[in-house]
Parts: sequence; C-alpha cells; structure tokens
Amino acid sequence: MNNVLVYCEIEEQKVADVSIELLSKGRKLADELNCKLEAVLIGKDLDVFEKSVRRFGTDIIYKANNERLYPYTTLPHAAVFENILKNSQPQIVLVGATSIGRDLAPRIASTLKCGLTADCTDLVIGDYTDAKTKTEYKNLLYQIRPAFGGNIVATIVNPQTKPQMATVREGVMKREIVSEDYKSEIIDVDVKNILDKVNFAVKIIERHIEARKVNLTGSQIIVCGGFGIGSKNGFAQLKEFAKTIGADVGASRAAVDAGFAEHDRQVGQTGVTVRPKLYIAVGISGAIQHTAGMEESSQIISINNDPEAPINQIADIAITGDWNSIIPKMAKFYREQSK
Amino acid sequence: MAFKIIVLAKQVPDTRNVGNDAMKADGTVNRSALPAIFNPDDLNALEQALQIKEKNPGSEIIILTMGPPRAADIIRESLYRNADKGYLITDRRFAGADTLATSYVISKAIEKIADYDIILSGRQAIDGDTAQVGPQTAEKLNIPQITYAEEITAIEKGKITVKRRLERGVEEVECTLPVLLTVHGSAKACRPKNAKLFMKYKHAKTHTELQTLDDDYLGQEIKNKAFLNIEEISLDDLDCDLEKIGLLGSPTKVKTIQNVVHTAKDSMKLEDNDADIKNLIGELINNHTLG
Repeated sequence: MNNVLVYCEIEEQKVADVSIELLSKGRKLADELNCKLEAVLIGKDLDVFEKSVRRFGTDIIYKANNERLYPYTTLPHAAVFENILKNSQPQIVLVGATSIGRDLAPRIASTLKCGLTADCTDLVIGDYTDAKTKTEYKNLLYQIRPAFGGNIVATIVNPQTKPQMATVREGVMKREIVSEDYKSEIIDVDVKNILDKVNFAVKIIERHIEARKVNLTGSQIIVCGGFGIGSKNGFAQLKEFAKTIGADVGASRAAVDAGFAEHDRQVGQTGVTVRPKLYIAVGISGAIQHTAGMEESSQIISINNDPEAPINQIADIAITGDWNSIIPKMAKFYREQSK
Repeated sequence: MAFKIIVLAKQVPDTRNVGNDAMKADGTVNRSALPAIFNPDDLNALEQALQIKEKNPGSEIIILTMGPPRAADIIRESLYRNADKGYLITDRRFAGADTLATSYVISKAIEKIADYDIILSGRQAIDGDTAQVGPQTAEKLNIPQITYAEEITAIEKGKITVKRRLERGVEEVECTLPVLLTVHGSAKACRPKNAKLFMKYKHAKTHTELQTLDDDYLGQEIKNKAFLNIEEISLDDLDCDLEKIGLLGSPTKVKTIQNVVHTAKDSMKLEDNDADIKNLIGELINNHTLG
C-alpha cells in the first residue's frame, strides 16, 4: 500500500517515452520511500506492453483492457483510473504532461480532491514543516517547477492530501532499465463493471495523429532559435546552418508561439528537455522556462546581441553580435576547416 | 436554436514581456511592473462563443471571472466584443486558492448564476500554465469536457462537434450538451473591440467601483441603467464549504519560491569577428564536438 504509481500512456502502439521516463523516476522514488512501483495501463490489447513496463522495475501492473478504452476519451479513462487509485491508495501519482495526461490528471485530482502540480522539472523527497501550525510532515514529494512565465522556480508540496500528483514533460527524467527479467505482479482490472456506469458522452468521429517529425531528445548537437530569429525565413537559415554542421534545430517557446517554428521543436519546460553535447542558442534571452529544458547540455554557446542576456549566465561561450552575421561566418569557417 | 454560453476568463500579469524590474530584490514578483491583461487563450474562447452567438440568434454569452476588483476590466473588454453580461467573483476570502479551490468556487458560482449549454474557457492561463481549472470545473459540475478545442465545427440541439488540436495531430469529436470546452491558442484570434459597444459599455462598473467613483451624476446614470451594472459575487452569495475555499481549500502549498539566479559560469566572451569565430569552430572540430 501507499506506493508510487505511474500512469502509462499508450501512443502509436507503444508505451509513450514520457511514461517510461516516469517509471524510471518512480523506481528511484519508490526505493527512497521503501515502497513498490506500480504502473497503470488503460486501453486495448495491452499484453504486448507488459514487457516494456516491467523492465524499468515495475512491481505491480494494473491492466484495464477493453475495446472501448481505445482511443483515449476522458470520462471512461477517468472512471477506470479513479477506480484503480481508490484500490491502490498510492502516495504518489505521476502522469506525463501530454495532451492526454493534461486532460486526465486534473479531472482525477478534482475527483480525489488532491493536489496536482503541472509540468514539474524535478521531483525530490523531503520533509516539510507547516509555517503556521508547526506540524511536521516526513517524506513528502517536492514538486519543483518554474512558474510565472518561467521567472521563478517554485517548490510545491501537498502535506495533507494523498495522492500527491504531478505531471512531467517528456525528456525531463532519464530512462534506466532495471532488469530484462524483472518480475511484476499483474492485476487485471474488472473494467466491465466500471464502464457500465460511465457516460460515453464524447465520441471520436475522426482521428489523425501524425508520426512525430522531429525528436530532439536524442540529438547530439542542437541549434536552437529564439524570438530574435524574427521569422520563418530566419528559421530556414538556421536549418541550413544546422544541416551544414550536422545539427538539429530547436526553438524557444516564444519562437513557436510566434509561428516561426513547429511545436515539435520546442525546447524548455513546456517543450522537450534536451542534453546534447553542444547547444547553440541563437537569439534566445534565456528565461528559466527555456533553460530548464537545456541547461544540462555539455557545452552551451550563446549568440545574442545583448551581452547582458540571461542565457549568457549559463553559456560556456557567449558571442555578442547579430546572428545574421555570425551564423554565416560559423558555417563558412566550418566548411573551410572540417575538410 | 439559441444557446446559453458561459465563458470563463482570467486577468493575468503579462508574463510574456517580463522586464528587468519584474522581480523585486527580495526575490518576489513585482506585480505592479507587469501589465494586467486578458489571458490570451481566454480571448480565443470568447471568440468561439461570439461565433456561436452570431450563427444562433438569441444565444446569450455570460462572462465569468474571478479575481481582485480590478479584474472587472475583463468583463468590460468582453462586453465591448458583444458578450451580454458579466459576473466578477471577488472576495478576499478566496485568495490563495490553487486550481482545486478555484474550480470549486467557479463551479458554485456557475450553479448559482445560470443554466448553460456550453462553458468555454482558454486552455491555460499564462501566469500558471497549469491547464487544470477547466477540467476540474467540468468535474465539479459533473459534465463532460473537451480540452484542446480549436474549432466548433457544428452545434445543434443537445450536440456539439469540435475539432481538437493535439500535440501530434487533430481529432474531431462529438459530444452531448452541456459540455465544457477549453480552447487552444491556435483557435481563431478574437475580434477587436467594437466602437459602438465600447461607447455603450465604457462606464460599466461593479458595485465596488461605483463606491469609489468621484462623479455623483455619472454614478446615478450607471445605477439607472441595468446593463452598466457588473454584478459581483462574494462568498456570502454562494453556498460554499469554507474548508474548500482559499488557502485552506488548497491541497498544494508553496514551500519555497526562488528567483533563480544562475551562478554565472566563467564564460568565454567572443565578438562578431573572423578571428574569434574561426578559432571557436577550429576548437570544436579539434575536440570532436563537431564532426
């Protein structure tokens, strides 16, 4: 009882990367709390996913298998998930901050009247003393996230309610296989009884999910453009440069919001977290919202016309000047010297 | 077919354009340095409501916001765009609410003010980026939710069809009414203020604002015209469980807030000149960072 539980999302016939990453984080938290790690699979034809969940050190797998549970719709999934949580009574619940996770988690938190923190960039176990009542709480989940547009970092706790729920974006946590033959207990959830009482209000008429075009999480070199790039054309220039040096192109939230680059390229708290060996930030000021997703890069080069830009604080090399002039020079000298 | 629509909107500090004076020396947020604006996604939600109203004469749009007295601006901004009526939920006792306590109060207010067919809100507010209040309000009202809505493609008696913009695609769904929709930022942008409506509603005021108004004649004028009265809802107007509101009703507690100052690395400073950049690229090639 009172274990750590991870909601495993099924995406394009596999367990979503973010769910796997959360299992790895969940395993560590469970070890620290001396409890078990549980995983929840909700959908159809789930047997094939068991192995990919087991090997990350999952002790208990809840399987809710039913044709009517795929594709995802809110109310049936919420009803099943709620039922599992009421039986399992976990102390911590982790959910990927995806379109599905961000639809499901708040609904569930409202039903269970528990706290939920969105888009955490770190999860740590620690104690907490209520400033007013002086009550001490041991081993709470510190849910750490940038807030206020990324200008501050807040540590949130839920001292009095259980479970403590958090959503986390893809790429924030690292995946680590525990053992290929890790033993999990499988619990088949009696779905039919639950679904009989559910309101299937939402019907999916059409669904068109595109395979991901860009996946930056594995990139070794990333050239990332910010609002300072100014246009789609500017990004075309960056892509050209990236191709020259063998890099992938990322974008800051401001650049994506402005329509300069696709959402899949977004790096930061509300995009992906990356750890390349070289990160070249071009025209990016460096709000925490962004740096949270790239500060673990091995080497950071910043190109900005403002020498005081916050990004320069974490850059190994800061080049001050106009990227329109610097990027072509970098391309030229690369071509000259790489031969 | 006429529909009753409630739009949930929030006044937020404009965190997108944060200047150097946004943080105080003690590490707290200097709210006065940030302009208060209509949360961007909520404007997208309002536009969807206005489109339903245009296509379905007789439909009514009620705008509902929760915040300090100055959040009445959100209601005026909506009236200028052809919303019909607004309510401001305001009470110091609601302060410190997290998303759970906020959605509780909003759902109580909705239950009090009106029947509805559709509730629309922005997907998320830019000050917290949680995207939680919409789904939590739907849960409290025990109605279905459609998040990430981009376009209402059809609406008829008892049924709505919505296109959703997901991370990696689109989905078209059909749902029974009533329903709560959270509208994605990629939805059609909201129309500008209408000049005639601006003239009509520019003196619309809440009771609190009227009390501080220094113009007795105007004050009387406003009182005489019902459409210029923005209704305020306080805790006393609602049937709330005191343990579920404000700080007490919020399971999430902020343990610490840090204004993160990156410990400045000893970074190498380069200029935009051939020698510096040539050396840099040479070094990156030599140490095999670049292939």
